[in-house]
Amino acid sequence: MIRETAYTTVSNPNTQPKRTLVYSFSETVKTALTYCLLVLIALFVLIPIVWIVGSSFNPASSLLSATAFPEDPTIKHYLKLFTETKFPYWYLNTLKIALVNMVISVILTSTSAYVFSRFNFKGKKVGLLSILILQMFPSFMGMMAVYNILWQLGLLDTHFGLILTYAAGQIPYNTWLVKGYLSGIPRSLDEAAKIEGASNLYIFRTIILPLIKPIITFVALSQFMAPWMDFIFPRMILSSPEKMTLAIGLYDMISGNTNNNFTTFAAGAVLVAVPITILYVSLQKYLIQGITAGANKV
Amino acid sequence: MFMSVVSSAIKMGGVVLKKASGIKAGILSAFIWGSGQFLNRHYTKGIFFLIAQIVFVMCLPSIYEGIRGFVTLGEKATIIEGSKVIHGDNSIILMLLGIVWLFIGIVFLCIYIANIRDAAIYYRQRKEGKDVLEDKEWFNRFKERSFPYIMLIPSVVLILLFVAVPIIFGFLIAFTNYSAPDHLPPKNLVSWVGFKNFLDMFRLPMWNDTFWGVLTWTVIWAIISTLTSYFGGLGVACLVNSRRVKFKKFWRTIYILPWAIPGMISLLVFRNMFNGQFGPINTYLRKIGAITQNIPWLSDPLLAKIVIIVVNFWLGFPYFMAMSTGVMTNISPELLEAARIDGATPRQEFRYITLPLVLYATAPLLIMSFAGNFNNFNVIYFLTDGNPINPNYKFAGSTDILITWIYKLTRDNRQFHMASVMSILVFIVIATISTWNFLRTKAFKEEDMLQ
Repeated sequence: MIRETAYTTVSNPNTQPKRTLVYSFSETVKTALTYCLLVLIALFVLIPIVWIVGSSFNPASSLLSATAFPEDPTIKHYLKLFTETKFPYWYLNTLKIALVNMVISVILTSTSAYVFSRFNFKGKKVGLLSILILQMFPSFMGMMAVYNILWQLGLLDTHFGLILTYAAGQIPYNTWLVKGYLSGIPRSLDEAAKIEGASNLYIFRTIILPLIKPIITFVALSQFMAPWMDFIFPRMILSSPEKMTLAIGLYDMISGNTNNNFTTFAAGAVLVAVPITILYVSLQKYLIQGITAGANKV
Repeated sequence: MFMSVVSSAIKMGGVVLKKASGIKAGILSAFIWGSGQFLNRHYTKGIFFLIAQIVFVMCLPSIYEGIRGFVTLGEKATIIEGSKVIHGDNSIILMLLGIVWLFIGIVFLCIYIANIRDAAIYYRQRKEGKDVLEDKEWFNRFKERSFPYIMLIPSVVLILLFVAVPIIFGFLIAFTNYSAPDHLPPKNLVSWVGFKNFLDMFRLPMWNDTFWGVLTWTVIWAIISTLTSYFGGLGVACLVNSRRVKFKKFWRTIYILPWAIPGMISLLVFRNMFNGQFGPINTYLRKIGAITQNIPWLSDPLLAKIVIIVVNFWLGFPYFMAMSTGVMTNISPELLEAARIDGATPRQEFRYITLPLVLYATAPLLIMSFAGNFNNFNVIYFLTDGNPINPNYKFAGSTDILITWIYKLTRDNRQFHMASVMSILVFIVIATISTWNFLRTKAFKEEDMLQ
């Protein structure tokens, strides 16, 4: 078989040059193989998703009878979630914790990063170095101590205690991240404002914050996501059933008797996964940016 | 009222001293904080230091008690006499308070030293007839300079309370006997044991075997899971990026789903799919007649490990696909065009331009991902919970990695001392990797090939 593939480069001043393909038999085979592979990977990715979504509409409640395409779909498990379990509480709790944690984290991180990147003060180097070391420790090395500190402060079994734990824990890593981003922005803008007599807080609000929006979006997003699926800290801090978060509620639903609550769990899983997935997919640009920056700067 | 009396008394005393002899302001400040500053006519500053001293004196008993409690870890054990419980000391609370008070003590020590130094420096300057900053000027400068500190106060307090103190505490537990069943506050006291736990970890066969077994699997797991996801993600990114593929965005959106779906949910779903008794995979295989007996996906040690790696691949490849795609779309078109003009085939273009750039840009992610997988609690805990049970291990199952073993030691078995020893070892591994990565990327930060 003689390869007859030829390329012509179409130059266009506005778009990048594109190749047009002249198809031959071997090219067609290759294209077909490529698409086969794409479909196979898509199946590998989609089967568990389709199965869990289908399961949530199954009439029976056991794992054994859960199928991806039920013959007589029903939404009774969704109704059960709202009438027989504390699912609505868990959902609102998690949403509340996620939002408050996001706001506090963004405020703490952006101000500390601003200070560390734009001011010279005694103890700056020590401070930066200590948080660099602190973020290397596995987060639950201090678990027992956090538990006892919250107990002493009377914050056990409160959402505020959990939020404080999250907001404090993210400072070291995210401060480095945002500080790294800020060092890439020339100081001339804020220095000019300073000469004009603007106060530091004014500069921070009107000049710095808009400039660091992309990285702050990443911090906000990741801090909003964390409480949805974090298991260790809520399990340790919260004990009343109506104060639980989704992660604990869903886990408990199937950890004991796997076979009996399965479809209700599936319905809950779908209700949690859908909004988070949409959020993730639509904001993935910021996530990729933030993660890349994190790996390169921290 | 009291303050003004004190300050005027000190002022008078200072004047007397100054006239009488050349006693340094520093010595004065060493006894009464801020008095040297009064001598230098820095009244605002002087009052600050004086207030600091008053607070310090009020805190002194607590600091003493805190440090004492930290050293002894409690002396009175809880006694149960009949139905009456006489509460003794809680070693863990004493230790925590000890760390907190030690911190506060150090802060006061710093203020104290600053106070003496400041007094001595300005006193000498004044004596030598140099222009010394006036009180008001100093206060303005102080206001200006204190901005970063004021902004940092909330963060610093939170970090100290919820990150630093807990980590120090977690670190120190490795040197105590804090564990069930005999050293569990508030019922019993805990005491310092030095390096005994570290020696036990390597001396007692049960601990030692578990440690090496779990560590080996942790390292194997971290390497395989990182490499499979990385190269899988890279491969899929290249595939989608191929000139043959239409609707690139559509395919990418499908493939990104496992990354976007909350990991814990996917893991719990997989745990059910691979359920040996009722799971749909075995049910389906039986139905089509491929198997007659259920495959023990998660209860056979080797099979469970393979399932974990496959599931992790499902979870992990989209992340690397997204990252590689990001790099690929950012490669400057001029670069590719230049190669094309030089007669490069698409294959060469990929091999010598695209691939090196992607590898270069994603290498730090690879390293951080290795560190992340080393501590990947979720995958193990939600998929297998560390099971199947391994009779040769102490408090660990066959698929447990270090971090889930630590969790089990803490939560289920209350072996805090050994959990802490292990945490320190994990920290050493992670810190080494992170530090190396940090130095490497800082050194090679310059990269202008990418747009």
